[in-house]
Amino acid sequence: MTQPLLEVEDLHVEFRTRDGVAKVLNGVSYHVSAGETLAVLGESGSGKSVTAQTIMGILDMPPAFITKGSIKFRGEDLLTRSAEERRQVRGEGIAMIFQDALSALNPVFTVGFQIEEQLKVRRGMSKADARKRAIELLDQVKIPNAKGRVSDYPHQFSGGMRQRAMIAMSLALDPELLIADEPTTALDVTVQAQIMDLLAEIQKEREMGMILITHDLGVVADVADRISVMYAGRIVEHADVYELFRAPGHPYTESLLESLPRLDLKGQELKTIKGLPPSLTNIPPGCPFNPRCPRAFDRCVSEVPAVHNLGMGRTSRCHIAEEVVARG
Amino acid sequence: MGRYVLRRLLQLIPVFLGTTFLIYALVWAIPQDPFSGKCGQRPCDPAYIAEMSQKLNLNDPLLIQYFKYLGNLLTGDFGTTFNGVSVGEQIGTSWPITLKLGIIALVIEAIIGITAGILTGLRKQGFLDNLVLVSTLFLISLPVFVTGFVLRLYLGPQGFDFMDTSVSSDPTIGELILPGFVLGSLSMAYVARLTRTSIVENRRSDYVRTAIAKGQPQTRVVGIHLLRNSLIPVITFLGTDLGSLMGGAIVTEGVFNINGIGGLIFRGIQEKEGVMVTGIVTLLVLVYLLASLLVDLLYAVLDPRIRYE
Repeated sequence: MTQPLLEVEDLHVEFRTRDGVAKVLNGVSYHVSAGETLAVLGESGSGKSVTAQTIMGILDMPPAFITKGSIKFRGEDLLTRSAEERRQVRGEGIAMIFQDALSALNPVFTVGFQIEEQLKVRRGMSKADARKRAIELLDQVKIPNAKGRVSDYPHQFSGGMRQRAMIAMSLALDPELLIADEPTTALDVTVQAQIMDLLAEIQKEREMGMILITHDLGVVADVADRISVMYAGRIVEHADVYELFRAPGHPYTESLLESLPRLDLKGQELKTIKGLPPSLTNIPPGCPFNPRCPRAFDRCVSEVPAVHNLGMGRTSRCHIAEEVVARG
Repeated sequence: MGRYVLRRLLQLIPVFLGTTFLIYALVWAIPQDPFSGKCGQRPCDPAYIAEMSQKLNLNDPLLIQYFKYLGNLLTGDFGTTFNGVSVGEQIGTSWPITLKLGIIALVIEAIIGITAGILTGLRKQGFLDNLVLVSTLFLISLPVFVTGFVLRLYLGPQGFDFMDTSVSSDPTIGELILPGFVLGSLSMAYVARLTRTSIVENRRSDYVRTAIAKGQPQTRVVGIHLLRNSLIPVITFLGTDLGSLMGGAIVTEGVFNINGIGGLIFRGIQEKEGVMVTGIVTLLVLVYLLASLLVDLLYAVLDPRIRYE
């Protein structure tokens, strides 16, 4: 196998606030190769976005501190680079799109300006060339009448169109890796599917690596090649998308799948995961999922589960991972 | 946009009429004989009273008086004072001086206030931040005449002899810088604080994060993305402030002996020169109204989300 495009290794991040230290990431490791889509799945507060922001280098430090780990992009550790070198990577090497495109785009500049800005400032393109390229990009993300809309402001676009414009902007410098942080959460279901299709198409066309952050299992099934499931700042399961849906290897993933509404179980009460995710200032000892886990036993409280290798690149942080998978 | 401007201009008419009528009524409705003390120690000659009453339409009902006055005003005739001096001429010579002073004050408050606001907004809780917060609080709590007298005294020849603080009868821009600073000092403090708050709020906004994630240089993230949004409320404040500055110049002009409309209006009130007072206040009302119209229009330019239909 060739070297992965991005390799996150044992990343630890904590937020030091007046109320104490929140351990937001507790050893996150994942990797993405060119042309591959990794979905990072988890509840709010599981650390998916923080991991992405740490990779981008846009985390507010302080209050955040990276206490351990490495982020290798094309084999070089980004965390040892200078601020200026990291800035060069942003947009050009790794680009990112955000959940709410309305607030993520600057309201007082036209969409065209915000795309052209990248081309002019980072590539030294002339104004006319940048405009032409911006229209091309808007066209690529299937904005109808791109030429007419390039000088519109973000608020004049519909939700889906705004996210498309955001995608166009992120593609301006031909990044090798695209991080999509819940790109469809703020959108209608029908629009969600369109945006996901677009992302999948662009990713394939450009042979980009993509990290798709989401809490929506349905979104994942369509586009992802592999899935990393996060819980309380750790990757609890990592698997190929088909394997994961066929037989989850961690009780948390199992519960997530069970809490999906299913037509064949219509009329029955929807299963939910009991309890709340742990407070990150006070993570329970042992497996952080143990207070909510239907399969928990005494060892789960006393001992943090090690990474169990289940073969074919599949891992799970559960004491009884093999058993969970087999029963799947 | 065109329709909006037209509507706003039409709105100015009732506001203008209402305010000027109020002023006119207040000035002439003083429960005192307008001629008391006008002719030295003696009561005025009845012939003079009759002539002036005729000239000032004092025998008409208030409303008629007002409209007659307004009619003259619209033809450019500000009327004359009791001793026959043309009010229009007086305003003509002092008006440019106050306008100059007001603009200098506005420029100073904008430059210093915005710079201080940006620097402190970006580096919250540092030494500079505390310095600006304390000094602006100091300026806000001091009355303008205190700031004026203190600066005039200590910077001038009687103090550290730092500069010539006297102002000639036809002042140059250089002479008006210190008075302008004094006049603008209060608003400067507000501008600094307003800018600071605005910057602090917008720094953490999503679009600033996007600009950083795009890999835009820090100078552009702050200078283009952050500033453009943060300055919208500040510019609004500055626009409306021009009117207040010109009205507020009365104290500063007194302290620095400047021949502006502040002195005129002060003397006008003291000597009960109704024609003078209404003339000047009407002009101030006009400046105020036009400035606020300008701000509203500017607002739409600065923030494209606002559209006037």
